[in-house]
Amino acid sequence: MIPEIGHFALVLSFAVSICLATLPLYGYFTRQQGFLETAKPLALLQGFTLVVSFGVLIYGFLVHDFTIKYVADNSNLDLPWHFRMSAVWGAHEGSLLLWVLILSLWGAAVALLSRGIPNHVSALVLAVMGIIGVGFLAFTLFTSNPFVRILPFAPPNGADLNPLLQDPGLIFHPPMLYMGYVGLSVAFAFAMASLISGELNSMWARWSRPWTTVAWAFLTLGIALGSWWAYYELGWGGWWFWDPVENASLIPWLVATALMHSLAVTEKRGLFRSWTLLLAIAAFSLSLLGTFLVRSGVLTSVHAFANDPERGVFILGFLVVVIGGSLTLYAVRASKVSEPGEFGWISRESFLLFNNLILTVMAVSVLLGTLYPLLVDAVGGGKVSVGAPFFNAVFVPLTAILVSGMAFGPLSKWRQADDPRLYRPLIVTMIVSVVAGLVWPTTLGGEYSIATAFGVTIALWLAIATAADFGNKTKSFGGVRQTFVRVERGMIGMWFAHFGVAIIIFGIVMVENHTEHRDLRMGVGDTQKLGSYEVRMTELSVLRGPNYVADQATFEIYRGERLYKTVSPQKRRYNASGMVMTEASIDSGFTRDLYIAMGEPLDGGDWAVRLSVKPYVDWIWAGAFLMGLGGFISVTDKRYRQRAVEKQPESCVEGAKA
Amino acid sequence: MNPKRKQRLFIILGLVSGLGVTVGLVMYALSQNINLFFTPTQIAQGDAPVAQMIRLGGMVADGTVDRDPQSLRVAFDVTDFDHNVSVSYEGILPDLFREGQGVVVQGRLSGDQFLASEVLAKHDQNYMPPEVTEALRQSGKLDQMMGGKNK
Repeated sequence: MIPEIGHFALVLSFAVSICLATLPLYGYFTRQQGFLETAKPLALLQGFTLVVSFGVLIYGFLVHDFTIKYVADNSNLDLPWHFRMSAVWGAHEGSLLLWVLILSLWGAAVALLSRGIPNHVSALVLAVMGIIGVGFLAFTLFTSNPFVRILPFAPPNGADLNPLLQDPGLIFHPPMLYMGYVGLSVAFAFAMASLISGELNSMWARWSRPWTTVAWAFLTLGIALGSWWAYYELGWGGWWFWDPVENASLIPWLVATALMHSLAVTEKRGLFRSWTLLLAIAAFSLSLLGTFLVRSGVLTSVHAFANDPERGVFILGFLVVVIGGSLTLYAVRASKVSEPGEFGWISRESFLLFNNLILTVMAVSVLLGTLYPLLVDAVGGGKVSVGAPFFNAVFVPLTAILVSGMAFGPLSKWRQADDPRLYRPLIVTMIVSVVAGLVWPTTLGGEYSIATAFGVTIALWLAIATAADFGNKTKSFGGVRQTFVRVERGMIGMWFAHFGVAIIIFGIVMVENHTEHRDLRMGVGDTQKLGSYEVRMTELSVLRGPNYVADQATFEIYRGERLYKTVSPQKRRYNASGMVMTEASIDSGFTRDLYIAMGEPLDGGDWAVRLSVKPYVDWIWAGAFLMGLGGFISVTDKRYRQRAVEKQPESCVEGAKA
Repeated sequence: MNPKRKQRLFIILGLVSGLGVTVGLVMYALSQNINLFFTPTQIAQGDAPVAQMIRLGGMVADGTVDRDPQSLRVAFDVTDFDHNVSVSYEGILPDLFREGQGVVVQGRLSGDQFLASEVLAKHDQNYMPPEVTEALRQSGKLDQMMGGKNK
């Protein structure tokens, strides 16, 4: 009975989304206020019905309702409760339900927090999100319904969740990533709303800016969590594989990053309006493309599920409608956009244009590399794959160019051609970063690495320039606390995010160039060197977990004579599926991770063992966290509330907290 | 031309030429870094280039996995049930590597040995890499495999 409530709520939300997609638009074009007014209640109702539906699915997992096929396929009586929660979005049907749930929550948030925005604009925005909702709810209901029952003969036990996904990282990675992916639909909807209404002034940029920034921050954290999960759960210690699905999240991230910066120009100076609209369309379209690539199984990837092609065709069709429709509207309306004002060749506008150019090029090249195998296959060129060397060859130099500009941007001024003296502090930054960058590899021992010197120089250049900018502001505001109180939150967010980029680059450069890595054969009593440590295997044992049996090896790690730590990596075999999983032992540190994993049993009782030292690898995720944090800080800025109030003095104040 | 138009013209020219150069460079980088895929039959017929990085996909043939007792060297055959290619690899095999499972290996041909630098098995046991499906379809053995594999 209870699953039917979830199913019914899902059908209801589909009906609601059809109303949301049509009534406000009808009201807008016929100028009937009553229809326009339906948008907010419908958006809230859609959110409510999907929360109910999703709640029912969670409940089904918690009480082991194996009459629901999705639960039976992805859960098991022995599965611990927190993994049963995350199993809800562990496979195709549930993750789609999460997708539409998050879409409806974003819609509800827009409905609640948009009191400072004119009614017809928020109604149009919600209607556009309603159209997207119709597409995805139809997809969920007709091709991937999670509430399909197995009646009357329900299995006594479930098939278990893919063991790979039985991990705390998976509890947060998909929701975060989807918050980002789907959040970009808000920026898209604002762009569409302004194209539909033809009010192509810079107001839409001001309204959609905080939404875009929040979505970007979630996307950043979601990608970072995915990378972290891959690092300790499936990657044998790698943190990024240029897997098509990773690329599918990176491409919209790059475009969203460009969009955030170009929105700044459009909001403050009214420039780049049509370009910003295009980016907003592109960012969301690319996240749809990402969904298509992941869900259709057209690309070989670690994320590919065993899929049926019908689903791919459906998403592809939807993709064509959304991209085709939005670009057509853009083509018709964007020519009416006027671009007032000029800017000097060396001005903040120029640097942000440069930023946009490089980020777009990065996104295009990752997209080309990802789609290339599909293109070649489509024209009958056979099966090919594009590997990491391609992406590294393209990405590394572009990042270096991008980062070199990131030091100038914050110092520059809007509008006028700058006085070159403005950039004088960067001479010192340059000297310090180059000298320190060149010296750094000599402190590491081993062969001198030019790549490290170059990479560290780039990271320092950005870190010092950002810190110096912050330092100058504190001087003029008189103290750190004063600065944090008085300076725009957007600027504080920028410092965090830019500093985060520098930290990430440093982490990447160190881990890519100085990882010490050995695959060995080891038995009980064997000792091996690992960096400045010695690792001894002391015991092999067999343990029984809640839903698996594990071979466990115990290693003692010595630093000199002293015992530093004892670790126990495992090789698990999950009972229900018979799948084998590696649980690596990772000793995280500020300057390095020690990584020990069991490979496979060999003849004579020995094991293949992987030992690595990964210098500064955690800095990659720490930097991404700073970036995400920067995004969240910047939307707390008061002006997002005040501006709306200035323009709309009659509307309520406390609502627009975004 | 007024200065505003002129500026816009320069920006557009810059964008177009930048994008053109990028696409060119990307295409060049792609042509240097793609790995062509071959089936065991194609390799047995001598269609694959020697000493160039390629990919090979098929099933790990039953009873062919041979571990060196002293090191991490391992040898196995990849088959599409028409032809076998013997692969040698040194290192740790992925968890889902098993006889009778689909596998994709990346490496170079040397004589009739395939020297693998990377062995990929997928993370979902019901999932078959599209390349392997294709290889089996070409050798006409797909139905036979699928009968046993998919529930």
